[in-house]
Amino acid sequence: MNGALSSAELDALRLSLEVAARSVGFGLPLAVLAAWILTRARFPGRTLFDAFVHLPLVLPPVAVGYVLLLLFGTRGAIGGWLRAHFGIQLPFTTAGAALATAVMTFPLMVRAVRLSLENVDRGLEAAARTLGAGAIDRFCTVTLPLMLPGILAGAVTAFAAGLGEFGAVITFAANIPGVTRTLPLALYTAMQSPDGDSVALRLAILSFALGLAGLLAAELLVRGIRRRLGRPS
Amino acid sequence: MLRVALRKRRPDFELQAAFSAPTPGVIALFGRSGSGKTTLVEMLAGLLPPDEGEVQLSGTVLTDTARGIHLPPERRRIGYVFQDARLFPHLSVAGNLHYGLSRAVRAPQFIRFEEVVALLGLETLLQRRPHQLSGGERQRVALARALLSQPQLLLLDEPLAALDFPRREEVLPYFESLRDWLSIPMVYVSHHFEEVLRLATYIVLLEAGRVLAAGPVDEISLRPELRSVIAPDLVGSVVNGTVAAVDPAGSTVELWVGSGRLKVSLPALPLGTRVRVQLLARDIILATQPIQGLSVRNALRGIVTEIAAEELASVLVKVDVGGPVLLARITASAREELNLKPGDAVWALVKAVSTRGHAFRLFGSPQPR
Repeated sequence: MNGALSSAELDALRLSLEVAARSVGFGLPLAVLAAWILTRARFPGRTLFDAFVHLPLVLPPVAVGYVLLLLFGTRGAIGGWLRAHFGIQLPFTTAGAALATAVMTFPLMVRAVRLSLENVDRGLEAAARTLGAGAIDRFCTVTLPLMLPGILAGAVTAFAAGLGEFGAVITFAANIPGVTRTLPLALYTAMQSPDGDSVALRLAILSFALGLAGLLAAELLVRGIRRRLGRPS
Repeated sequence: MLRVALRKRRPDFELQAAFSAPTPGVIALFGRSGSGKTTLVEMLAGLLPPDEGEVQLSGTVLTDTARGIHLPPERRRIGYVFQDARLFPHLSVAGNLHYGLSRAVRAPQFIRFEEVVALLGLETLLQRRPHQLSGGERQRVALARALLSQPQLLLLDEPLAALDFPRREEVLPYFESLRDWLSIPMVYVSHHFEEVLRLATYIVLLEAGRVLAAGPVDEISLRPELRSVIAPDLVGSVVNGTVAAVDPAGSTVELWVGSGRLKVSLPALPLGTRVRVQLLARDIILATQPIQGLSVRNALRGIVTEIAAEELASVLVKVDVGGPVLLARITASAREELNLKPGDAVWALVKAVSTRGHAFRLFGSPQPR
């Protein structure tokens, strides 16, 4: 077995990291917003919204990719508009792979962020009010910093999960070398080729190591922040 | 002047409170747990909207439901010290202090950072995190943070309740110096009568959501409503006096109290210092004629104005000693034997030492050297 990775394998690794990073960058602010709505806002249809946010957890990823194709395809409602006004095309691009990954990992982020928001002591927000902080000021200087452990944990977990997103990516963005062929797609391709066994094994081990590192990093981050806030880990 | 008239209905409880108290000064909201003190304070801060009513501070309307006015807490300039301090855990002590300061109204700053840090002894704590502080230190930081937000009113909601006795004694003097050196009006919530006696200039007595009585401390100390709230042993009139003479040995001072003089156990204070003393009813002896050959330091001549029966076969006798009024608890049988009735002349005997620990400097009195 060859120890070093081939350039195609390195491409897949780089792409996986890029797609996962972009999906988190895109999804995290929305996840914070969704978590805030689910925790603090009271409106009719909240339960339905909650279910909708969590839908990617239970749907077949291929179905999610297909729905994205319908919406963001060149003739889709959103895709057509994006192309006409901004010249942006998502299917079969790296950005598209990131979008598909973001949708799939969205529930993971929302869950982690929501849990941390529920744990924020509202008494501290009341204290900030009496000290002259308005709503947005309060959110940015008290609520958000106190949610940080959950936000980071959500981000790292979603990043780790995003490295390996397969079904939605291959459906929406296809399997284009150097563009959308991420680690799991490269692994799948290697398994399909008659002499790809050693490549497949290397990629599998790589995926395994990355996932483990991601989860460990999430745990350590949360512990570090909790210690700073003086809470038991 | 703080004018309050508020109503708030809750499933198990209704608060309906109205009072006007002079400012500056320390207004104590005093009552048992569950009497509505915290609900009232939250409405003053604007954190809890009242069902109806109004709040006015020195002529500024903060709440007026009839006119649809409800200033949000962040625009009231009211400092709030919570029972549990509520320091921001993600900020250092200095960060907590600057939080209020940096958002304060850009008026000529009358409370400066260094001033407050020195007043509350926080110099060595500034770089610490809230979880590294003791309970007493936390409350001092919370107090400093509230002060630096340049409040026009300071709300203190049982700030010592979470502390054990030695910690309380550590923090209480800071509140006293605030009262004496800053002219910020304060509302001090407590169910601890000793704290109220030490700090308050005005008492609002709350019971089951209603104001039982409101007035200056000396006046309230004589009111029968107070007796339904405090332990019988704490009943006693509070009298105001000024230091007339200091015993060279340094253990007692003589006060002008109305037209008479009263010797009390107190460390030496400058002449003219205004002092408040509580004379416990159980420590006062009444005599129908002048008495000689006793160790008692004080014999004040006065007139019986009222006699009220108490439980436990005792009576409370009100004696006007030429301005101030004393309360004396005697047994019902002693009262019969002496045949005491309103209008009788009596001598009230007060041991100087029995006043120990109940002397208070008042707002605006000169600083002791």
